[in-house]
Amino acid sequence: MSQFTKPTDENDVSDLIRKVGEVNASLEIVGGGTQRQIGRPTQNAVIMSTEMLRGVTLYEPTELVISALAGTPLATIETELGKQNQQLAFEPVKLGNIFNGGARASGDAQAPQPTVGSVFATNSSGPRRVYAGAARDHLLGIRAVNGRGEIFKSGGRVMKNVTGYDLCKVMAGSWGTLSALTEVTMKVLPKPEETGTLVICGLTDEMANEVLCAAMSTPFEVSGCVHMQKGMATRLDHHSLGGVDSALAVVMGDSITALRVENISSSVAYRMSQLRRRFGAFGDILELDNTSSLTFWNKLQNLEFLQVGDGAVWRISTAPKSGHRVVRMISEFMPCHATYDWSGGLIWLELPEAANDGGAAEIRRVVATVGGHATLIRATPAVRGAVDVFQPLEKGLMRLSRDIKSTYDPHGVLNPGRMYADF
Amino acid sequence: MSAIELIEADPVVVARRHEIVIALTERVGPGCIISDEDGRRAFDTDAFTAYRRMPLAVVLPTTTKEVSDVLAYCYEHGVRVIPRGAGTSLCGGALPAEDAIVIGVSKMNQVLDINFDNRTARVQTGITNLGISNAVAGDRYFYAPDPSSQLACTLAGNLGMNSGGAHCLKYGVTSNNVLGMKIVLMTGEVIDIGGDELDAPGYDFLGMIIGAEGQFGIATEATVRILKMAEGARPVLLGFDSAEQAGACVSAIIAAGIIPVAIEYMDRPAIKVCEAYAKAGYPLDVEAMLIVEVEGAEQEIEHLLKRITDIVDTFNPKVVRTSQSDEESAAIWKGRKAAFGAVGQIADYLCMDGTIPLSTLPRVLAGISSICKSYGFQVANIFHAGDGNLHPLILYNANEPGELERAEACGADILKLCVEVGGCLTGEHGVGIEKRDLMTVQFSAVDLAQQMRLKDVFDPSWLLNPGKVFPLDLSQAA
Ligand SMILES: Cc1cc2nc3c(=O)[nH]c(=O)nc-3n(C[C@H](O)[C@H](O)[C@H](O)COP(=O)(O)OP(=O)(O)OC[C@H]3O[C@@H](n4cnc5c(N)ncnc54)[C@H](O)[C@@H]3O)c2cc1C
Repeated sequence: MSQFTKPTDENDVSDLIRKVGEVNASLEIVGGGTQRQIGRPTQNAVIMSTEMLRGVTLYEPTELVISALAGTPLATIETELGKQNQQLAFEPVKLGNIFNGGARASGDAQAPQPTVGSVFATNSSGPRRVYAGAARDHLLGIRAVNGRGEIFKSGGRVMKNVTGYDLCKVMAGSWGTLSALTEVTMKVLPKPEETGTLVICGLTDEMANEVLCAAMSTPFEVSGCVHMQKGMATRLDHHSLGGVDSALAVVMGDSITALRVENISSSVAYRMSQLRRRFGAFGDILELDNTSSLTFWNKLQNLEFLQVGDGAVWRISTAPKSGHRVVRMISEFMPCHATYDWSGGLIWLELPEAANDGGAAEIRRVVATVGGHATLIRATPAVRGAVDVFQPLEKGLMRLSRDIKSTYDPHGVLNPGRMYADF
Repeated sequence: MSAIELIEADPVVVARRHEIVIALTERVGPGCIISDEDGRRAFDTDAFTAYRRMPLAVVLPTTTKEVSDVLAYCYEHGVRVIPRGAGTSLCGGALPAEDAIVIGVSKMNQVLDINFDNRTARVQTGITNLGISNAVAGDRYFYAPDPSSQLACTLAGNLGMNSGGAHCLKYGVTSNNVLGMKIVLMTGEVIDIGGDELDAPGYDFLGMIIGAEGQFGIATEATVRILKMAEGARPVLLGFDSAEQAGACVSAIIAAGIIPVAIEYMDRPAIKVCEAYAKAGYPLDVEAMLIVEVEGAEQEIEHLLKRITDIVDTFNPKVVRTSQSDEESAAIWKGRKAAFGAVGQIADYLCMDGTIPLSTLPRVLAGISSICKSYGFQVANIFHAGDGNLHPLILYNANEPGELERAEACGADILKLCVEVGGCLTGEHGVGIEKRDLMTVQFSAVDLAQQMRLKDVFDPSWLLNPGKVFPLDLSQAA
């Protein structure tokens, strides 16, 4: 049994990490706990929750910056920003939603919520990443405690800053293995005045991939660019899609290719008409108005096209144009359902009949052939203990990763083994 | 005698110069090495020209393999290495040392691959910043980060400094626009990171290396994002009676949910110099001028400009002039982009690069003015207003003994003020030697130790670009 503890400030965090290090034990950092089932299964003497490190510490809307303690629920940040009509432009995906017991499974408003620290520790970015950048691109400053128990900061609260090495980036996507974030400062952006979505129905993956890449190559600043195979598209609760409910019902059972534009109203109207002109001939067309668009993209951010459960789910990153090839090659080995985000460059893949390795051998072979990398986002602990959950790195990068881990956390206190088996 | 202390050369290495040159020549051939005094002199400084050091030799390799061979040799023989692009660094980031060789990537300037579907270009890093955009402009794409030095500076230097530009308010800086890199470590080991995909696996190595001022490795290739050009773009010129009004106007535009592509600010002295140089039609009777640019199709531009000028009108502008033609737009930007050069024609100057929270602009400008007055210097301010990046240019006379040192002290006071109001020492130019000794103003000893540990990981013997970024007493103890 692990000991559960909730430090109340960064000095507490520092004391705790030091103490755990002194007895050669290890510690797991937990935010809302929604993503604990991601990564290699580990055993740690102590579980440190950031839930007492809570609250917005600075918000300057006209300077496009907000700071919050790391345990602040993401929802709190989103609410605060919403009051000023602003948002986190990278649209963090809510990975925790796809697990049994997650907010979506239990339908429980009290269910654990992701924290803002975890968003950056996992570098989770949603559909708008193609246009606005990833989580790591919006992280302006951090305060953190390294594995030695030292409190340090990097970056700041201003948007342009090249003073010294960028230790913020080092934290992005490090899954709590390098330091415990205690406070993050983020760049925020205005919410668009209006959002429009062009949906093309019934495209094959290959056609859709072409449309996605072509759409990103227009000057219309397409800010969402996805294709859902029909098996996944039907999982979106169409009834909640407002006015297009009946229209979508008509095409239920088809794949959906969706392009989003966001801007002032007159621009959205203009850009939608341009996209329709270019892509309208490819298939049946639907246009989602502002309200329906917001609902639709929110569902994507919540990963509602993935089934809740414990079946294998992979996140594959590849060159956008190669997306459909990756999926086609994998599907030659085993049945799979795919949704393509990021213009084809990000594939969410469900494997209903994965072998004991969660499909790792085949998927990694395909990725090695086509290019890119794959992360096993969901699988049983037995599978996650047996295969590489995170993409194994080429030799030099692996060595550098190990060296970085050992200089940030020489005693191996912080989430050891979560990302890579031996450190 | 100037104020910034430079590292001492190791006489043992200096004495071995001849032997080192021979060994390097074996690795890259005589055409890629410069060892005569006149030739080396061309590399003895960068755009921070007050400081000069003759390097042992200059190597201009043509392949990653050559870079690797040269680094492996230097590693084995304990020879320091200064990575160099075009040498336009404003902070002495590419300043040589007498016991170091310069490795310049300027001969590695090819576009290797362009992929419009993936919206990427793979290039050798010696290509100029503008060279990337030029290579894809025919298809109406561009590479977004646009430092004013873009005609000359290389992608290599941009990667070193994580450079920005006037349009990064909308498009981000270098690190937001690079997806892959080939980098040679000091040992000669070649590491490939990322590629055409939108993220790279594992820890964020791209993020670590970009902006590390050439201290982690030498970048020889990179995959950058290219973006489709907007259908059109147009700037509007705004003139105000005070910095307060201009600053408040910028805040109001952003508060209204509008993020223009660029919001550039100039004060009266800067306007005067740039107008004399570029004849852009800048208003000469205002205290502050803004260039606000928006993009889109014609009707979109009109719509957005109308919204912006409606906001502007509530701040008592003295001038509101929308560009009426591409020529006029070009002239407006020419004046801004030539600002440093224009100032350079009337005086020597030190260019500061602090970033501040926008709301502190009036306070900081007043502070800068009184600091400069107390030193007896004139100052011209140029400001990337949307993201708070301020460039005060301190005008001084380099021929006057002691002026440089006083100008440096004046600059240090300005940067301390930037940190004091919640900002930072450098927004885009980098630390180099110039701001090295001010790092302790912004960072604690623990903060700096944490940074230096990363240096230990990439270059344990601290041979790459020595004497930069960290105060000498810290880096020499490392
Ligand atoms: C008139 C003028 C205007 C400028 N305007 C801007 C501006 O708007 N925005 C801005 O950000 N900067 C600006 N700068 C500063 C400068 O142009 C940038 O810092 C630029 O990125 C330097 O590029 P460079 O090729 O000249 O690099 P260099 O000056 O040669 O080197 C810059 C740094 O990069 C390192 N480096 C060089 N090559 C490599 C490599 N292959 N691998 C790893 N590290 C390497 C060097 O060691 C050094 O630390 C301006 C400079 C001038 C003179």
